[in-house]
Parts: sequence; structure tokens; C-alpha cells
Amino acid sequence: MIVVELIKMICRPRTWLILGMLVALPTLVAVLLAVTDLGPRPGTGPPFLSAVLSDGTLFPLAALGVVLPLLLPIAVAVLGGDAIAGESQTGTLRYLLVRPVGRTHLLLAKLATVVAFVLLAVFAVAGVSYAEGRLLLGRAPATGTVSLSGSTLTQQELTWRTALALGYVIISMLGVAAIALFFSTLTRSGIGAALGTIGVLVASTVLLGLDAADALHPFLPTRYWLAFVDLFRDPILWRDVVRGLVVQLGYLTVFTLAAWANFGTKDIDD
Amino acid sequence: MTGADATNGHVIRTRALTKRYGELRAVDGVNLEVRAGDVYGFLGANGSGKTTTVRMLLGLVLPTSGEAEVLGMPMPTARRSVLPRIGSLVESPAAYPHLSGSANLALLDATGSDRSRREERRTRIRTALEQVRLNPGDRRPVRTYSQGMRQRLGLAAALMRQPTLLILDEPSNGLDPQGIQEIRKLLLQLNAEGTTIFLSSHLLAEIEQMCTHVGVLRDGRLILQEELDTLLRPTGLVAVRTPDIDRCSTELLGDVVASVADDRLLVRAEDPARLNAYLVAEGVRVDEIGPYRRTLEEIVLEAEARA
Repeated sequence: MIVVELIKMICRPRTWLILGMLVALPTLVAVLLAVTDLGPRPGTGPPFLSAVLSDGTLFPLAALGVVLPLLLPIAVAVLGGDAIAGESQTGTLRYLLVRPVGRTHLLLAKLATVVAFVLLAVFAVAGVSYAEGRLLLGRAPATGTVSLSGSTLTQQELTWRTALALGYVIISMLGVAAIALFFSTLTRSGIGAALGTIGVLVASTVLLGLDAADALHPFLPTRYWLAFVDLFRDPILWRDVVRGLVVQLGYLTVFTLAAWANFGTKDIDD
Repeated sequence: MTGADATNGHVIRTRALTKRYGELRAVDGVNLEVRAGDVYGFLGANGSGKTTTVRMLLGLVLPTSGEAEVLGMPMPTARRSVLPRIGSLVESPAAYPHLSGSANLALLDATGSDRSRREERRTRIRTALEQVRLNPGDRRPVRTYSQGMRQRLGLAAALMRQPTLLILDEPSNGLDPQGIQEIRKLLLQLNAEGTTIFLSSHLLAEIEQMCTHVGVLRDGRLILQEELDTLLRPTGLVAVRTPDIDRCSTELLGDVVASVADDRLLVRAEDPARLNAYLVAEGVRVDEIGPYRRTLEEIVLEAEARA
């Protein structure tokens, strides 16, 4: 079933369009930086972006920092929101269920497909921006990349820390995927489910900017998204990264269970 | 057919099957009985609960109360073993619009749990498409299909696994008269080969031409369930069409006239030929005479009036 869902995703032109958009934005940023040579001042703008002019090897991280706050979660919300609602809309859901495909099985296959898309997207963005960084932006200093704490990282250290960061970004999207999947079981409209998910993320971002909501901050899904930056401190600052993992797994568990509870006994009458 | 044998040939049997949506009883205490080899016509107006019943049989909608047994096993509990042996068309066909017909069937086929070889799958898809007269080599996306072609594709999906039971909701929707005839022929042929067919429709004529059994649903209740031959058996009446209607009903046939309507008499008589000879001998001009059979429409209207 997972294989079938993956094939369906790959065969949809939409998947590639979204992927193209995700790659296009960092590309645009890279070209603009290379042409104008105007980086954001250190400490402002997306993480790492101020450093990439002098060190292009950091550009994959800067690119992830660019797509992570908005573009990537929207893509995940659209795909996740479409998972069940889209099948419901085309009427194919009932034919899948009478094949029969178990409802839990279908739900898990859909979730796995969204995660597979995140994987694909993150690697595409990282891969393309790595090439752009090497070609368009500054060479790494011969001594090695400078960490955020000012010490120097060897090539090897940089590589595995980048791998960790990619993994962290992927996990950061699990919560969004599960929320979108849950909304997708509630409605027949894929767009509705996607907008609902984006609504949750916007609300989370608004609350993060509000001091009065201080007590809620550690539980908000977007709170620790950019914590992958901490992986490039020396020594690594694990606190927020670990909290981010816990929060994402929490959202994943709660909303996957909610989706299962709702979908498992739902009357399919579209 | 072990499942069906175990329940005295019942392929579908429901007991007091009920679905309530709040106050509304969409399906209300329905006892369906469909036996192996039947072509069962499930009649009812739009909104009478046909589709909800079909969805309950397939485990898509959970009944509020009552039981449903399909192929001798309880639904929806036994759906894993029951559903692979059923082909179905629920309400309307559905396919992914950006893929071709055969790509759609291939995707649907791959979701099944059976482990067939690739060649076998390909043959299966080709056969199903040819059965409904779609071209297996057609690469156009379903988006460009006409409604009739979509309907055929839906039927192909239902036929793909050579099911023991076909549950078809309005199978002739969107087909032209020739298409309807082709599909009818195909279904009757499958039935002759042993497939039980449960056909829901709001078209009396379709049911009358194909079915061996009829069930009529009205406002969620099954108001009639009978063998078609029994319903349409001769009534012991002879219909006489004549311009001399008054003379017949008063003078000649007074005590055996069952009813008079416009220019038609219904007469209680064993033998139309003898009645004809008698009338002609009396100088009555007979336009038309023959044994009277009720139409399915009359029977259904009568049952609805009773309900």
C-alpha cells in the first residue's frame, strides 16, 4: 500500500511543482546574493545567510532556514491535507476501502508518503543549494568553517552536523504532517484541511510573539523549528533540539491517534 | 462458494438493518434476502436509502442497529475476507483524472493484498477493459473521458477480480441506449456463469428487463420483496379493448367484469380465445384482446399505496 501511495505521489505533476517552488526560492536568494554581494547584517535575517557570502558551504543550511518557516510547512500542509480529503473528493476513497484496504493501513501509508515527500524536499533543497553555494558563493576558508561560537569546524564535523540538521528539519515537519492528516479526515475538501493546518501554524507563530502566552511557548509546534542552528554552536547546544524533538513526537502521536480515531469508524458517505 | 453454501444459498441477508442520522431513519428495519445466482433489482426513488444500504453492505457506513451478512459472513467485521470477492460500483465511478484508464486500474489492482505476477495483473486489466469495450491501449487521461466511458471504467474496476457477487449502484448511469444494452448483455452473461448480481436502480424498465428478484425501498423501508415471475404472473383477467365498451360491461359480461377504464375492460375469464369468439359472435367490435399482466410499475405503485 505504501508503494502504491508513493507511486501516486510521484505520478502527480503537483508534487514536482511544489518541489520546484521549494528549490526555486533558495536559488533566487543565491543568485541575488551573488550578484549584489549584499548579505544581511550578522544577527539579522534567516540563520547563516549573513555567513554564506564568505563561506558557500553553509548555504544548504541557509537555504533550509529560508524555506523552513513558511514554504516547507505550507507544502506539507497541502500534501497532508489532501491525503484523505483528496481521495474523498475524487470519490476514490470508497473504492480503496472496498478493495479492501484497511483504514488504519491507509492512514499510515498516507502519513508515510507525506514524510517521504518531506525527505525528498529537504534533500532536494539541500542538494541544489549545496551546488549553488559552491558555484555562486564564497569558498570555505582553508582553515575550515567558523561555527556560530567562533571556533573552527573541520570538514568532517561540518558534514555530520549538516546531516543532523537535515534530520532535525525533517522531524520538525512531522507535527505539521500529522495535524494536516487529522484535518484531512474531518473534511471532504483538501484545501480546507490545508488551510486549517496553516491556520494552526499561523496561530502558533502569533502566540510565539506574545509575551502573555509565555507559558504556552514550549508546547507550540513552531517553537523549536529553527533550533537546528544550535547544532552549529561549539559545543552543540542540545537543549532546544531535544525539546523540539519531544514536541514534534508529541504532536505526531496525538494527531495521528486523533486521525485514526476519527477515520476508523467514520461513515464514508461522499 | 463455501460461504454462500453455509447459509442456504444466501449471498446477502440483512436483519432489521437500520441507519439513523439523528432523527432521520435513512434505512429502517430492512430484511434483504439475496440468493446465489439471483439478479436482484433493488428499486427506490432517489433518497429512499438505496445507496446507504449498499454502503452498509460494503462496510463503508456502519449500521445503527441490525445485522448484515454478505457471502455468509457478518459485515463489516469480516470485510477482509468478504470484500475481495465482491465487485462494486457505488453511486458513481471514480478515478484519478490525470491518469489513463488502465493506469487507474493498475493502481487499484496493486492495492489488493494478493500476490499475483505482473503478467497476470496485466492480463486481468486488459480483460476487464475489453469486457466493457474500452480500449486497453488508450493512453488519454480519464479527465478527457465522457461520462459513459467513466461508467465503463468503473464497471471494469468492479469486474477486475472476477467477483462472486457484483453490487452495482445505478450501473447504466450516463450510458447511451446502445451502451445500456451492451452492459445488460454483459451482466446477464456473467450471471449465467454464476455471478450473483445485486443491482440498485431507480429505473423500473432496467429492473424489469434484467432481474429475477425485486426489492422495493421507500423512505428507508423495504415495502416489497419478491420473485419477479411471481409478481408478473397472469392475473386470471383478460383485457379487452373495444369501442363497444358500454354494451359489453352492461349487457354481455355484466357479472364477470372486474374493472372498466376508458376503452379497456378487465374481465375474469380463463381463456381469451373463447371470450373473443363469444364477443365477436355477439357483434362486438374487438380492437385488442389478451391475458392481462400487471406491469412492474403498477405493482410498485400498488405496494407504495399500501405502505
